[in-house]
Amino acid sequence: MPIEVVFFIEVLAGGLLAGVMYALVALGFVLIYKASGVFNFAQGAMVFFAALTFVSLVERGWNFWLALVVTLAVMVVLGLATERVVLRPLVNQAQITLFMATIGLTFVLEGLSQLIWGSQPHGLELGIADVPMDWLSQQWNINISQFDLFAAFIAGALVAVLAVFFQKTRIGRALRAVADDHQAALAVGIPLQHIWAIVWAVAGFVALVAGLMWGVRNGVQFALTFVALKALPVLLIGGFESIPGAIIGGLIIGATEKLAEVYVGPYFGGGIESWFAYVVALLFLLVRPEGLFGEKHIDRV
Amino acid sequence: MILSVENVSLAFGGVKALREVSFDVKEHEIRAIIGPNGAGKSSMLNVLNGVYHPQQGTIRFQQKTFKDMDPHEAAALGIARTFQNIALFKGMTVLDNIMTGRNLKMHCGFLHQALWAGPARREELKHRRTVEEIIDFLEIQHIRRTPVGRLPYGLQKRVELARALAAEPKVLLLDEPMAGMNLEEKQDMCRFVLDVNDQFGTTIVLIEHDMGVVMDISDRVVVLDYGKKIADGTPDEVRNDQKVIDAYLGVTH
Repeated sequence: MPIEVVFFIEVLAGGLLAGVMYALVALGFVLIYKASGVFNFAQGAMVFFAALTFVSLVERGWNFWLALVVTLAVMVVLGLATERVVLRPLVNQAQITLFMATIGLTFVLEGLSQLIWGSQPHGLELGIADVPMDWLSQQWNINISQFDLFAAFIAGALVAVLAVFFQKTRIGRALRAVADDHQAALAVGIPLQHIWAIVWAVAGFVALVAGLMWGVRNGVQFALTFVALKALPVLLIGGFESIPGAIIGGLIIGATEKLAEVYVGPYFGGGIESWFAYVVALLFLLVRPEGLFGEKHIDRV
Repeated sequence: MILSVENVSLAFGGVKALREVSFDVKEHEIRAIIGPNGAGKSSMLNVLNGVYHPQQGTIRFQQKTFKDMDPHEAAALGIARTFQNIALFKGMTVLDNIMTGRNLKMHCGFLHQALWAGPARREELKHRRTVEEIIDFLEIQHIRRTPVGRLPYGLQKRVELARALAAEPKVLLLDEPMAGMNLEEKQDMCRFVLDVNDQFGTTIVLIEHDMGVVMDISDRVVVLDYGKKIADGTPDEVRNDQKVIDAYLGVTH
């Protein structure tokens, strides 16, 4: 293959795989938005908290799997506590009130995690090296990271499970019902508190997965909270309520920002990767404000 | 008596919505609550399914006495309801909306569902069958897959009835089921209410503004005015009660 084509494929694949990583973070937002109509500002802090807890346990000599299970338990407990302490007193309040509460939660989580585990950065290893896959580089001379493929596989599996869960099961349906209308959900016998507890626990689990993947890539440090910002354009494109949308949005953002960096970047003196995603999201807002897979709300007048 | 209300009083600050109201509902009957605007009809219904907690009085349901209930508790006991302003899940399909009504009948655990395991799938199918029967019963087969938000008002009301029925309730509370409907839709709704009462044996408590409709289909009628009960009896008794006539037509002082 000509070198230009190989290069293009490498850039594209790298972008798509990075996009999957964004999608992982976006997924946490979508879950909570779907079930409570709340944009959970604290998702980034949850990612950071999960990764930091896991890595700190491992560094203290815990077995990998034990640390994983314990961290998961911590995230679930955190989700349940959030429901009990933050959300339950705010039932039937305006969504902006709930949103503000999640901003408060962000600072509490960020402070708490550094208070418990300290603020120094940590490296993280999951046993899968971030090196090009042998087979691809020998066969096609294309360099694609083994770890990226692994992360993509995990994200894909997670999305598939969650999509089925939301669409086909009783609890999933109850989650959607609660998001749609609190009063009506109560009247058909869906206990709101239960549902919120479940969804925050699941969001905690997703935050843990995202935290691990991003932790390997960037190290576990405070900057991890900012990956949430990259999830925003993904959500704008994919739609706040769609699980598959999070993946598609992630892929679009990942691919366009890498391609733009390589092929358009030189005209701007490089470094456009860090803001190009927002430009794409803005353009999308002009054309399709509800996102690709979002629900279009029509109000009767 | 399947349901009885004793001395219920409900106030919002200084506004007394209900004042020492008592009445009862026999098993299998259609019981109407009527009254002019602001008489406290909707408040009464909201007390029955636990949306409002009365300051005074008790509710007896199937030999058990409650001071008040919570909505999901009421639902678990077998009290289902519809709303005056339709509270459906607008973004979800008709089928999904009705399936939420089965929520309390389904018991598969979180893990089974998360993994979409065999028991969860079988349970889903079983309940889907029941829901399909209700869909046939209410003649809404053709809109099964339509998101509820896109349906006309009359059909939305019918879907809401279907969702309430899906819970196989012992008592069904209907808040102005015919409000805002044209004549044909009203007739359809009357037929469905009577059929539900007849075929499933469901006890029905309904609020209605339209006197004509109520008198035709209910067995007994409670009349409220300014939060107080002013009459209680068969449609004929109520129709000829001087207090009721005064309340509806107004009197000169």
